[in-house]
Amino acid sequence: MNLLRLINGRKATAPVARERLQILLAHERGLRGQPDLLELLRAEILAAVQRHVDIDQDKIVIRMERGPQVSTLEVDIEVPNGAHKSLAAVG
Amino acid sequence: MAKVLVVTSGKGGVGKTTSTAALGAALAQMGQRVVVIDFDVGLRNLDLVLGAERRVVFDLINVVQGVAKLQQALIRDKRLENLWLLPASQTRDKDALTDEGISRVIAELRTKFDWILCDSPAGIERGAMLAMRYADEAVIVTNPEVSSVRDSDRIIGMLDSKTVKAERGEFVAKHILITRYDAGRASRGEMLGIEDILEILATPLLGIIPESQDVLRASNVGSPVTLHNADSPPARAYIDAVNRLLGETIAMTVPTERKSFMSRLLGRRAA
Repeated sequence: MNLLRLINGRKATAPVARERLQILLAHERGLRGQPDLLELLRAEILAAVQRHVDIDQDKIVIRMERGPQVSTLEVDIEVPNGAHKSLAAVG
Repeated sequence: MAKVLVVTSGKGGVGKTTSTAALGAALAQMGQRVVVIDFDVGLRNLDLVLGAERRVVFDLINVVQGVAKLQQALIRDKRLENLWLLPASQTRDKDALTDEGISRVIAELRTKFDWILCDSPAGIERGAMLAMRYADEAVIVTNPEVSSVRDSDRIIGMLDSKTVKAERGEFVAKHILITRYDAGRASRGEMLGIEDILEILATPLLGIIPESQDVLRASNVGSPVTLHNADSPPARAYIDAVNRLLGETIAMTVPTERKSFMSRLLGRRAA
């Protein structure tokens, strides 16, 4: 790699392509034929919160990070004080 | 025993149509009876690459709908008497292609030809699904580039689940055909290498088609590259690939330009 860089004056990018593909495809193959777990969790968490609180869509921040071993789902919801839905509305 | 071979990729612009024409012509040149079918309804191009664009009267959808007989829609190549084209419709809605209709057409073609090459449209919609539906074998055209490799992986998953063979618990024989390969760039670490692609896709290699100006020259004049300049590097790579399809074992090399002694001496590039 160092030698390549010396000759080339540039960093070899093919190894980066290879690694990115390996991580991505490991995920996509796992998901084939079944719903995306992270997507499912995101939808159900939001639905659960929305049953009780009126949420401003702009105040929700969702981040997903897919890694080789572990993925993270970060759901950041700003809940205004006194935003409880009435019990009647909840049903 | 006729073989149905789909040429597919997921991604567009990687060389499916060019490869279908080149492989089909090479097979025909070797004496096989070949029909190439264009499944890209609305965006047909196989006729143009084969130089038959002015001879299209009926098309695949006409045959599927029973408007025309198969014999009326098949166009015989003017240079290779063993090569026939079944063109796609340029005007009709692609929903006119039905699973039942394609099944019928393929069954009839199986009685008349040794090889039935299905040129798939890009994407994973109806046309692409039907192109692979009845395949015995698949050539997955892949460029050494991340988006193409990803899409190939997706297509491989579909070949293993959505084809008639897969549904019967059998396997479609899959082959990777790497196109637009630049050995120099790969060796400098600027392009995914052959080993990288094969390891990621875990599918055997059929051939490596080098990036070459001969491909465009051939399509400009409506001739498959194997016919237009059989000695050019891409043509030799396609001919090797076809020999492998026919069961021969041929060392995997990337053909390069054959330079004459004089051009070597003068340091000129071969034209």
